[in-house]
Amino acid sequence: MGLAKRIIPCLDVTDGRVVKGINFLELRDAGDPVEVAKRYDEQGADELTFLDITASSDNRGLILHIIEQVASQVFIPLTVGGGVREVEDVRRLLNAGADKVSINTTAVLNPQMVADAASRFGSQCIVVAIDAKKVDNQPYQWEVFTHGGRKATGLDAVEWAKKMVALGAGELLITSMDRDGTKIGFNNPLNRAISDAVAVPIIASGGVGNLQHLVDGVKVGGADAVLAASIFHYGEYTVKQAKQYMAQHGIEVRL
Amino acid sequence: MKKIDIAVVDYGMGNLRSVSKALEHVAPTKTVLVTSDPEQLLKAERVVFPGQGAMPDCMRELDARGLREAVLFAAQKKPFLGICIGLQMLFEHSEEGNAAGLGLFKGEVKRFALEDMHLSNGDKLKVPHMGWNQVYQSTNNGVAPHALWQGIADGARFYYVHSYYVQPADASLTAGFSEYPNRFTSAIANNNLFAVQFHPEKSASAGLQLLSNFVDWQP
Repeated sequence: MGLAKRIIPCLDVTDGRVVKGINFLELRDAGDPVEVAKRYDEQGADELTFLDITASSDNRGLILHIIEQVASQVFIPLTVGGGVREVEDVRRLLNAGADKVSINTTAVLNPQMVADAASRFGSQCIVVAIDAKKVDNQPYQWEVFTHGGRKATGLDAVEWAKKMVALGAGELLITSMDRDGTKIGFNNPLNRAISDAVAVPIIASGGVGNLQHLVDGVKVGGADAVLAASIFHYGEYTVKQAKQYMAQHGIEVRL
Repeated sequence: MKKIDIAVVDYGMGNLRSVSKALEHVAPTKTVLVTSDPEQLLKAERVVFPGQGAMPDCMRELDARGLREAVLFAAQKKPFLGICIGLQMLFEHSEEGNAAGLGLFKGEVKRFALEDMHLSNGDKLKVPHMGWNQVYQSTNNGVAPHALWQGIADGARFYYVHSYYVQPADASLTAGFSEYPNRFTSAIANNNLFAVQFHPEKSASAGLQLLSNFVDWQP
């Protein structure tokens, strides 16, 4: 027996509350972040990811307060992303109790920031989030998008992944913008292409609708960890049920 | 001057808050102090050396703060818990940045070799070794497992994130091991000292149990 595949519930946080919605539309309140985090911890979540989707800069500091509270009550790894623009943002989040910080748009605008953050805090706490979409009539299959999938970058997602690892990313969070919110499963060919191209762990994200999708994400897509939001938030499945299902299908998990 | 039950060594790197919060959680009546003052380390009853980041940086920061002697003293005289880099830096030398460690124990810190990461079934293991892996407790020829494993199942999972592992010259130092894919030492014990490669402060109930055992440990 060896390393377990990880299940990571993702909490979208805005103005101090967990929210849920499809493609950021019709956001509904889903509870207090500390309470939701504790619930997932009790169900056996291997890590938690917080995505700060606060639109106004006024309330940005709230996420630090939330992470401080969660980190004093929940003793599993915490990743925080959303609005991370400079090395100083990384430092603030780590000091608040985050174990890893996820960098998305800034990595595209300023790749050197990834290198700076990794050399200052270590690769182990730098996650680069890649939002990718299938494209036609290009020399590559998947393109990197930023700003929640609205802006094309002209970057080949697989080559971009390799570059981010070379700059110091210790883990990659791959979100398929085609699949996000669809509930038809991860984009496994995309994940497999990136997983085979890099040495670091990858987290698959976007499209989970049932537990078989988690199994396929690991077995077909080569993911080291699977991230999901709605199947857990809406109470369709608990993290524990998801792990039991994965174990029954021959995947090593922490039960 | 207030008594310091547990000092957490602050050498300017990594997430020290996680460790101090976990200690405060398991020992609410104890005084936990995060400090870079050598005097405080000498006064403290117990010392925790947490770690993240790269070993060369760790050694440099340790010296920049004048902490080397106090850490060496604590590691030899007080109940001492090293975590991650806090395990690696106890050895003579690390492949990471070709750095010299404190040299308290003979042995090397080595990187997971990429050529070992390809499994016979075609799977590829990733580096860093990141996530929850099983820890097997050494029973060194019939001796009972170490006091810090009390209440923790043999083979319990702990959270790891590292690319380097220790290879002690003296195999009897090993108090626990894991497999990735080859067996490596994931915990060592020596008199008053216990040090682990995984992160007990991030390992849910198993990790909290280990920290609680450390707080009560009378070596």
